[in-house]
Amino acid sequence: MTAGEQTLVLFGGITAVLVAASLIGFVLTLRFAENPVVVNLNARIRAWWVMIALIGLAFALGKAGVITLFAIASFAALREFLTLTRTRRGDHLALAAAFFVVLPLQYYLIWIDWYGLYAILIPVYVFLLLPVVAALRGDTASFMRRIAEVQWGLMISVYCVSHVPALLTLPIPGFDDRKLLLIAFLILVVQSSDVLQYVWGKLLGRHPIAPSLSPSKTVEGFVGGIVSATLIGAALWWITPFSPWQAAIMALVVILMGFCGGLVMSAIKRDRGVKDWGQMIEGHGGMLDRLDSVIFAAPIFFHLTRYWWAV
Amino acid sequence: MIGRLFAVAVTIFARIVTGVRGEWRGCLPEARQRIYFANHSSHGDFVLIWTVLPAALRRSTRPVAAADYWRQGRLRRFIGEKVFDAVLIDRDAAARQADPIEILLAALDHGASLIFFPEGTRNTTGQRLLPFRSGLYRLASARPQVELVPVWIDNLNRVLPKGEIVPLPLLCTVTFGTPVSVAPGEESEPFRERSREALLALAPEVEEDR
Repeated sequence: MTAGEQTLVLFGGITAVLVAASLIGFVLTLRFAENPVVVNLNARIRAWWVMIALIGLAFALGKAGVITLFAIASFAALREFLTLTRTRRGDHLALAAAFFVVLPLQYYLIWIDWYGLYAILIPVYVFLLLPVVAALRGDTASFMRRIAEVQWGLMISVYCVSHVPALLTLPIPGFDDRKLLLIAFLILVVQSSDVLQYVWGKLLGRHPIAPSLSPSKTVEGFVGGIVSATLIGAALWWITPFSPWQAAIMALVVILMGFCGGLVMSAIKRDRGVKDWGQMIEGHGGMLDRLDSVIFAAPIFFHLTRYWWAV
Repeated sequence: MIGRLFAVAVTIFARIVTGVRGEWRGCLPEARQRIYFANHSSHGDFVLIWTVLPAALRRSTRPVAAADYWRQGRLRRFIGEKVFDAVLIDRDAAARQADPIEILLAALDHGASLIFFPEGTRNTTGQRLLPFRSGLYRLASARPQVELVPVWIDNLNRVLPKGEIVPLPLLCTVTFGTPVSVAPGEESEPFRERSREALLALAPEVEEDR
């Protein structure tokens, strides 16, 4: 199959799954119309249609479309994150720089494929320079906490998210025309793990796995989700440069990272006293609620692939 | 007509910059005559309230604004009068010809709802909410049938603090609380304190130094 044919088969498969999900949602509505879980489930499925349509559109537009899509996602994530931080008036300039200089620059560097700089822009240059901007304003109250929160927000919302489109820059022999599929693999595996953990948890969940962080996560959901999503990852080996067993291992790694991402981001939400990061995506919460697992998985997936498969 | 189009453009702009979301916690967006009283820290405050009101209510809801600011220059005058249909009042007691309360009562008698800032001025201090002036009490006692809805505007002061040029695209929320009213025989002072508490109750938890 050519890359184009593989993409079509893949999106055809996703559409079929969504059609099936919508039908199940419809049948459940007939039986339990008022049940909040069912209402939320249907909202989530509708949001999935929109998200898949947007990703499909971005894929159709190629590299520019994908980089733009994730830059917008970063923007939405960063505003959700910084809204919950405790910055002060003295941080205004530093925050403006985060939104309007650092974020566009990071994605521009990915566009021009400058690995040497986009890999260290935020962890080195921004890490050192942004606190200078804040310090020059002279407000020292809670200074360390403020700069730490802004840096964390940029790492999570911009640096980590940007490693999804950065997959397009990896030089993998014989895989030049299908790097979009690598992105599809990462997102499909991580998100199907989220969905399957939710489904297994709702069907069989009994024992909470991290009650103080996330009461809805259960051992049953965790095990069921991880096993089934790893199998999905292995079954998708044909769109990757990996062999089936390599695809399974890569899937397992990104699923575990994604799970950890969900836990860490839950801990932050708990600390800040909110249930969701935002209200942007109906039924899901905010952009960060949907992306938390991708955020933790993307840089690791990027570097493992780069180390073993890129030249 | 141009004013109407301009108004739609302003609300779209406000939504993009602040992602503003209305939360109707203590009442519903119903077509009743109301005074929405809110905290005031930015010139954009009434724009946000206006943006989250349903379009049908928006048309009959008029912000109360300072004449000395909104009559200055053609652009501000156009925005104040044609776009938002603001009720302009003179804050300078010595120079003014009419009692502002009379102007506001006239607007209420024409059926309008009002957006009102009982602190009387923009709050640029570090305090969350300044003491209320007497205006809200006087309006409420004169027109007891009008509902008084407390409205907390959160985060707009971080979007564009005084003296900054670039707005930050942080998320704002506008929370509508349970209506309050003047109790029979209630004096101005206790009512001002009580309505202020009702508004403060809508603010998110205070942190040590936000």
